[in-house]
Amino acid sequence: MHSPFVISQTDPRPLYQQVKDQLRHRVAVGELKAGDEIPSIRQLAADIRVSVITIKRAYLELEHEGVIQTRQGRGSFVADNVRLGDSLKEQELTGHLRAALQSAALLHLTEDQLIERLREVRREDSQGSS
Amino acid sequence: MNDVAHNAFALRGVTKAFRHFKLDDLSLELPMGQIMGMVGPNGAGKSTTIRLLIGLLAPEAGTVELMGRRIPAQMADAKRDVAFVSDDMRLYGLARLDWHMRFVASIFPDWDERYAQKLLKHFNLRPDQYVKGLSRGEHVKALLLLALARRPRLLVLDEPTSGLDPVARHELLSELMEIVRDESRSILFSSHNTQDVERICDQIAFIDRGKLVDARDKESFLERWRRLSLDIPAGVALPRLKDVVDLTLGERLAILTTDRYEPALHGALEKCGARVTDVQRMSLEEIFVASVMRSRVEVQS
Repeated sequence: MHSPFVISQTDPRPLYQQVKDQLRHRVAVGELKAGDEIPSIRQLAADIRVSVITIKRAYLELEHEGVIQTRQGRGSFVADNVRLGDSLKEQELTGHLRAALQSAALLHLTEDQLIERLREVRREDSQGSS
Repeated sequence: MNDVAHNAFALRGVTKAFRHFKLDDLSLELPMGQIMGMVGPNGAGKSTTIRLLIGLLAPEAGTVELMGRRIPAQMADAKRDVAFVSDDMRLYGLARLDWHMRFVASIFPDWDERYAQKLLKHFNLRPDQYVKGLSRGEHVKALLLLALARRPRLLVLDEPTSGLDPVARHELLSELMEIVRDESRSILFSSHNTQDVERICDQIAFIDRGKLVDARDKESFLERWRRLSLDIPAGVALPRLKDVVDLTLGERLAILTTDRYEPALHGALEKCGARVTDVQRMSLEEIFVASVMRSRVEVQS
């Protein structure tokens, strides 16, 4: 846990999401490895000046997602078989798809039309590269 | 300390009337180890609530419990555990800050001199400063230092950040978060600054016109409120939907505010013929304004 956390109140993501994303990122780049201990909820809360309940929520969700494990009375650790490299990219893709869906909704496109547009873009790209 | 006390404090059905103001049937509790932010407009009853809590006022109805003790009857026993700071408190102008520090230390045995010295540095204060020469912000910082160094189990702050510059505010918020590293210490503070509250509080209480508008933990507070942008084609009329706090209609586009957001709402709206084009989370400030506006409308109707 050497890289500093940056929590911003002008970031559109809620605070708990920022905490989650930054912990994930540390795991994804290998700064935190399987089995490494992460700070206790109250310690991280004090370090980054964010409420205990927010950190608690971030830890609970990361636990559900299999990124960290909390052992009663011993603290929280990075999960043993964490495969975050993939799921981080997965998440990024989901974000892009969600944005695409929103744009499509504004343009009154149906789902099929959106999928057709995706295919078109792909065709254009492959023609351009050949 | 009473071992069975899980709450730092609990107000139940507390009522107190003045000539032009009434605090009405207020129930509020703070679990140990948490920070509560009390938010409300001027004159909402925040200071009255605080004064009832620390025994400076006696309620006409209801009960007040502080660190497991009945208030005001057992206030003398609770004093040691509780520190209160309000920016209208005055220190002795002709004495230096270190005189005040020795004075408070002589009364409260839990006084932590090392911590007091650390706070002097963090708050950029000098012990040889005379109180009458302190600026408004320095005066608030001196009050905070004298309260924090007592290491109280419950710290009660009335508008603590209002006279502080941004650097001092940052230092204070850091100190507050340091305090709750210890699970047995709790903090209640009232503030206009919803940004501070949103960042560091575990529990949030909204007060307006002597009534508790809403109180719950911060995460579920923020999770429940959303603002939806709707596209409502001509000829479509939205029925009265429950859990809608506000609906502002334009010619075709509408903004809907809800305090019970769940994805099922999208389906319900689309069934009526409206399209949801955007969903936004709301800041605590926006939520606060929307709740107060709604509660005022409810009171009037």
